[in-house]
Amino acid sequence: MIVEVTALIELKNLSKTFNQGTENEVVALKNINITINDGDIFGIIGLSGAGKSTLVRCINYLEVPTGGSVVFDGIDLGAISEKELLATRRHMSMIFQNFNLLSQQTAIKNVCFPMEISGVPKAEAKKRATELLTLVGLGDKLDFYPAQLSGGQKQRVAIARALTTNPRVLLCDEVTSALDPNTTRSILELLQTINKTMGVTIIMITHEMKVIEQICNKVAVLDHSEIVEMGNVKDIFLAPKSKIARELILPKSEGVDSIGDGGIYLRLVFDGTTAFEPVISNLALECRAAVNILAANTKNIEGKAYGQMVLQLPTDQSVVERIENYLDKKGIVYKEEDSYVE
Amino acid sequence: MLSNLNGEMIKLLAAGIGETLYMTLVSTFVAYIIGLPVGILLYITDEDGIKENKVVNKVLGTAVNLLRSIPFILFLVAIMPVTRFIVGTTIGSTATIVPLVGSAAPYIARMVESSLKEVDYGVIEAARSMGANAKQIIFKVLLVEAKPSLIVGAAITITTILGYTAMAGMVGGGGLGAIAINYGYYRYQTDIAWVTIALLIIVVQIFQEIGSRIAKHSDKRA
Repeated sequence: MIVEVTALIELKNLSKTFNQGTENEVVALKNINITINDGDIFGIIGLSGAGKSTLVRCINYLEVPTGGSVVFDGIDLGAISEKELLATRRHMSMIFQNFNLLSQQTAIKNVCFPMEISGVPKAEAKKRATELLTLVGLGDKLDFYPAQLSGGQKQRVAIARALTTNPRVLLCDEVTSALDPNTTRSILELLQTINKTMGVTIIMITHEMKVIEQICNKVAVLDHSEIVEMGNVKDIFLAPKSKIARELILPKSEGVDSIGDGGIYLRLVFDGTTAFEPVISNLALECRAAVNILAANTKNIEGKAYGQMVLQLPTDQSVVERIENYLDKKGIVYKEEDSYVE
Repeated sequence: MLSNLNGEMIKLLAAGIGETLYMTLVSTFVAYIIGLPVGILLYITDEDGIKENKVVNKVLGTAVNLLRSIPFILFLVAIMPVTRFIVGTTIGSTATIVPLVGSAAPYIARMVESSLKEVDYGVIEAARSMGANAKQIIFKVLLVEAKPSLIVGAAITITTILGYTAMAGMVGGGGLGAIAINYGYYRYQTDIAWVTIALLIIVVQIFQEIGSRIAKHSDKRA
């Protein structure tokens, strides 16, 4: 079976400069080229100020780019009328960090809102809103006002609202940044389900690697208005090339001291091909070597190990060789690092 | 104490309350018909507004500021030819409505503008992302979200206009203000002046209380 992959969104040489031609000129985006395929969960990661929010707002033309083009489903958004643009936006819903619900309206009224503005009959809108709120797990909270809901519940209302128009794509702008870790996980699971069952393409803007790691298949790393790295999440996760990607991906060493100065730093990457076993203690036993764990961020998913670990090895070259042979034998990917500085 | 408060005077005061309410409510209503759209226009044409338009914003803003900077008591006199043209006279309660509207409308425009500015920009952005047009954003987002604040603004406006009606009493307007001036000031019946003040305070309290209660009841944020 051939799976046909079609481009849903193409950003071509996209640029955005605010206050162009004035002394307050700010370049927000420079020559962005991204192709997002139908069905992708595409992550765009960067630190604050990198241009992520501007980028996502250019995709639905809330911000009009100053250069290049946005092609959505074959339509160049810069070449159509205002009226056509408003109609096209109904196929690309957006959810936000701060939910942006109407505070004076109930959950169901909020979900009905996009249908109200696109002229769906009231009874039909109400029926669909009820279905969608039930789908996101809020079937019993239809008449609650946003102030009566928790952050996670508000985001669920926003997701239900975003789905009313049967969008092709969901633009997610830092949608988990205001939520606690457990709620973040459940919202990401919901988005993943929506992607799988309804075939909605998702674009995730975030500054958190764990969001990318949990649900994205592709990622673009944005730094100082430019894409510095882009590809499959797995590839970039294993071998981040740009400085910023390394900063975002490599685990942080917090409150860990190394065994004196010097030594060799080894970064181990667990990509799910090795079993989740006590690697370090086995390594220490078998190689008769003391190693220092500087940082670790690993998890066990269905018995397989995922994540990273940074070790500091003794300076003795023969010990290092023994350890590397051991890792080769176990099929664990590693990379020698000159230093381990965050 | 209250030696001048006879049956005749009580009837006069009752009529005065009626006239004051008539002037206040009719002026507020008419002033809102003008001030509300102007306030909305000021908001949407402002920088980064949903229909940014520097020229319209500047012209309206200047006109509003100009009218707002004229003290009401001077405006009342200055606008007399216009009042005579519209109502046919410059004396009495109905005539007072003209300067009241002229003075209150720009005030309302600024009140409305400031209420709309309180609406979270994110909600407007969300509506834009759904393909809402300017009209839908104004009527289904801005006015809905700003409702509690607009009601509070209306209560403040009513009490301000009520104060203006008393000033209109100086130059032949009707209502409690005219009674206070004609009897309390010109005829030295100080007790009558105090009674009218007490009545004005009560009316202001009632409007303010009603406004606050409606606003509180309609606000779903807390």
